[in-house]
Amino acid sequence: MKLHEIAHARTGDKGDVSNISVIAYRPEDWPRIVDALTPDRVAAHMGGVAAEDVTRYVLPQLHALNFVIRGALKGGVTRSLALDAHGKCLASVLLDLEL
Amino acid sequence: MSMVRIGTGAGFQGDRIGPAVDLAERGALDFLVFECLAERTIALAQQARLADPSAGFDPLLERRMRAVLPACARNGTRIVTNMGAANPRAAAERTRAVVRELGLTLSVAAVTGDDVLDRIGECTLTETGAPARALGARLISANAYIGVSGIVEALEAGADIVICGRASDPALFLAPLVYRFGWAMVDWERLGRGTLVGHLLECSAQITGGYFADPGVKDVPGLAEVGFPLAEVSEDGNAVITKLPGTGGLVSRATCTEQLLYEIHDPARYLQPDVVADFSRVELEEIGPDRVRVTGGSGHTSTGQLKVSVGYRDGWRGEGQISYAGANCVARGRLAADLVRQRLSDLGDRILELRADLIGLDAVGLGGTAQPSEVRLRVAARCADQEAAQRVGEEVESLYLCGPAGGGGVSRAQREIIAVASTLLPAASVTVQSALSETLGA
Repeated sequence: MKLHEIAHARTGDKGDVSNISVIAYRPEDWPRIVDALTPDRVAAHMGGVAAEDVTRYVLPQLHALNFVIRGALKGGVTRSLALDAHGKCLASVLLDLEL
Repeated sequence: MSMVRIGTGAGFQGDRIGPAVDLAERGALDFLVFECLAERTIALAQQARLADPSAGFDPLLERRMRAVLPACARNGTRIVTNMGAANPRAAAERTRAVVRELGLTLSVAAVTGDDVLDRIGECTLTETGAPARALGARLISANAYIGVSGIVEALEAGADIVICGRASDPALFLAPLVYRFGWAMVDWERLGRGTLVGHLLECSAQITGGYFADPGVKDVPGLAEVGFPLAEVSEDGNAVITKLPGTGGLVSRATCTEQLLYEIHDPARYLQPDVVADFSRVELEEIGPDRVRVTGGSGHTSTGQLKVSVGYRDGWRGEGQISYAGANCVARGRLAADLVRQRLSDLGDRILELRADLIGLDAVGLGGTAQPSEVRLRVAARCADQEAAQRVGEEVESLYLCGPAGGGGVSRAQREIIAVASTLLPAASVTVQSALSETLGA
């Protein structure tokens, strides 16, 4: 099962830091998401991201996680040569994660 | 005044204008806020001002004002915006001209003081660890993210339209709340809640169904006619987020949760000029169709430091794209990328950084093993000079005749790179002013 089936997500950017929120659709899926989505697991899935650059914040009352990924944007939106310099697509990439 | 109605007229420079007009006409709003300034926009605006002292404000200022002012005047809705960009005074002048042409009676104030280029030379840039002066002639602009004081002062002076440059985005919304409710600037809880309202509203449709739809999973009704948000804010700073009846889109716990965390790092410490806002215990409750109640925001003592956005010239960027389709398209795209690299090698270190992606395969995602039915090669390079940047596009274009089989649909572009770095300044070293009269500070 992919994360996409039980959660939704959104990417934001500030400088060279990307943040990805992951939010459970249903409260009953929340514990599973918290258990599965460790910073290590997220870093491994995102490719080229070091685990120590990923910080996870937990908002249980909203059934939401917030992942802050440093250095994710190859220099940030003003300098990066990436097609998606903001990293807007990254949230959907994370939802492809196999649980 | 027990409740303030505040709406979003724009969430970025290129935002749609129709939903703002709808809010101005039907929203019964006290305040309509236009947030139009991204990280780099002000550096570009500063360049425009250097070329023409009467320029440097938002190019859509006049269109937006013409569209909403008649309804705002009729309904007593006051406007706050950062469309002043690098030149709030000139933006105010232009707005006054629009007001006169429309035959309206509205006062316009400019808020200045965010331009701190004259005092950041010794400040250390977060990104490089070097002082700003090391950028030398490449340095273009330095603008502090100012807080609510200048906007509040302008509203107290009776301004119907307040135009500033680089203010913190949530401060554009917090300021009218501080003004109307008379919140103390040490009431950290209310300042935190007002910041929360601003944060939720500042990206317009991102809380009403934009940047959200995922067909079959997260469907959004009427997205083509998506309405912009408004908040009904109580004196204690708690609020209901909603949108106008008859507009498309949706306001739900899900849209609000996504926007709550948008561009947030530590939810307990959202650093703002006037407060450290705390969103970590926020509760969201659906209380009716397209109505979400927001409670539990909080705040802590401000840091006394202002973030400063520093714009500088960082070389030139050249780019070219070409498409390949059908059998073996990935291999032909890769061959094309290799050819461009080889043909640019004579430029040596005039190419500072280069990347080649196959759009449709690995440009914005992680790549995969499935064979796509088409790919588009995109070569982008950061170069030391304009001529080198131009060569990038030229070498992609020449793939038509000198590249792999079946390349089509070339596009190319080049532009100067205006990069943005950041630093901090003590808030006490930044003096914010507002000018209501047409002659003051001209």
